[in-house]
Amino acid sequence: MQTEMNEITILDAAERYLRGEMTSEEKTAFDQLRQSNPEVDQLLVEHSFFLQELERYGTTRDVKHTLHEVHNQLLQDGAIKEENLTTGAKVVNMWKRYKRTITIAASIAGITALTVSGMMLLVAPRGNNSDVVELGKKFQQIEQKQKQQDRQINTIKSKISPDASIKAGGSAFLINIKGYLITNAHVVRNAKEIFATNNKGQDFKVIVVKKDEALDIAILKIEDEDFKNFTSIPYGIRKSSTDIAEPIFTLGFPRNEIVYGEGYLSAKTGFNGDTLSCQIAVAANPGNSGGPVFNRNGEIIGMLSTKESQAEGVVFAVQSKYIIQAINQLKKDDTTLNELKLPVSTSLKGLDKIQQVKKIQDYVFMIKVY
Amino acid sequence: MKPEINELELLEGLARNDRKAVETLYKMNYSMVQAFILNNNGTTDDARDIFQEAMIVLFEKTKDGSLALNCQIKTYVYSVCRRLWLKRLQQLQRFGTPVESMEEIIPVEEELEDHDRKNEAFGVMEKALNHLGEPCKSLLEAYYIQKKQMFEIADSFGYTNADNAKNQKYKCLMRLKKLFFAQYKNAD
Repeated sequence: MQTEMNEITILDAAERYLRGEMTSEEKTAFDQLRQSNPEVDQLLVEHSFFLQELERYGTTRDVKHTLHEVHNQLLQDGAIKEENLTTGAKVVNMWKRYKRTITIAASIAGITALTVSGMMLLVAPRGNNSDVVELGKKFQQIEQKQKQQDRQINTIKSKISPDASIKAGGSAFLINIKGYLITNAHVVRNAKEIFATNNKGQDFKVIVVKKDEALDIAILKIEDEDFKNFTSIPYGIRKSSTDIAEPIFTLGFPRNEIVYGEGYLSAKTGFNGDTLSCQIAVAANPGNSGGPVFNRNGEIIGMLSTKESQAEGVVFAVQSKYIIQAINQLKKDDTTLNELKLPVSTSLKGLDKIQQVKKIQDYVFMIKVY
Repeated sequence: MKPEINELELLEGLARNDRKAVETLYKMNYSMVQAFILNNNGTTDDARDIFQEAMIVLFEKTKDGSLALNCQIKTYVYSVCRRLWLKRLQQLQRFGTPVESMEEIIPVEEELEDHDRKNEAFGVMEKALNHLGEPCKSLLEAYYIQKKQMFEIADSFGYTNADNAKNQKYKCLMRLKKLFFAQYKNAD
């Protein structure tokens, strides 16, 4: 305790010395101490270096943050464009770069196609008793009874017709300022009516724009007069893949409130080596389906979809690059979707988790299926 | 070519983290860097990373007052980006077509060595601060980075008085120093 107090006193003196806050007598005394005691001298030099580094860290972080914000803003204003090379050159370039890879890939693809079709025959009949559980919420019969009691109590008019009963639910997140959401296809399977609820508890009516059962991706759009377009989206969707062991976090609605989860990327492929998805270690429950998975920079690296029923903490997510691919494909098929521009870069880099989550939570929705 | 007056103003703006200056620098230089990266096996994501790193190099240099710019900012930024991208390509072992240069370039190797050291210190500091946990992290950031007064900090963190907050601040600082130097010396 005594030595700790001593250290604090010396540090305080050193800081006041460095800031020039000492009186001239104090300064002379301290200078003498430095001369006679090399340890104090060393401490002062070290401390001054350290404070410089700390300050540099702070200012550099602020500039990095500004750079990200400016980038996003200029992109949105159209002042800079993320253009691609002219197609001809690009294809040549790609061919040069990936010639070997493509040849190998092609032969592997051939073999895989044969193997897969063989495997499918073996695996297909197993149907229902799957090893993977979809994390959509299944509401039970009890819920319906409760609903009847609620109806008598609840006099507040809700947008949702009182006769409807929730069949399933999950999470979703915004991918475009105009109200496009993305979630898992299994969350909205057999849906008559779908509502998205934001973190403040507001319900919005949504429609399914497109669904891809194979990728387990569904694109929804909020069609509700109460919905106002957002001005910007704080996160970007990552185009390249993520490394194993990278820390990740999730936001979702396993209950009627937004829930945060933390973990890491455990494998680059999903269940049984599925290359469309990846494996993450995070606590996930029914209702987390369709929720975003972020890396520490606040970029979306995937969408939570399923978990292994036999083991705890083995959760799978659709990789972000396939989300982008799926959306681009849909855009090609349907020109009305051309207004769907994806957020490309994140303004959350360098912020701490608490700030990141604060900025993100308004963009994650609970999906209720009736 | 000597830099013009408004270029110096831009650099001073960058050193102050002035948003308008950053925007102007971005508009002046980004497309050029993006075209260069895309023409050399890179993606738009790479272009963004490399460009922003070059901006940080420019920021560090200006802030230290060690920038003796005897060419246009554009040439400097292009040279830095080119060097950074060559290095990145080597790390990724993505050789292939040699990087061709369409613009005037100046040697920047030495400058980038200094940047590497600073970049590493930044990483170590970020890690050390994250390791430190709350409320230590916020306490130190409030005092040493945001330069808040001790009594304000005591108030917002709920310490009974400024002296208690100050004591706590030094305890946190000693822990941070330990974490920082453990990593920083290892990295040498």
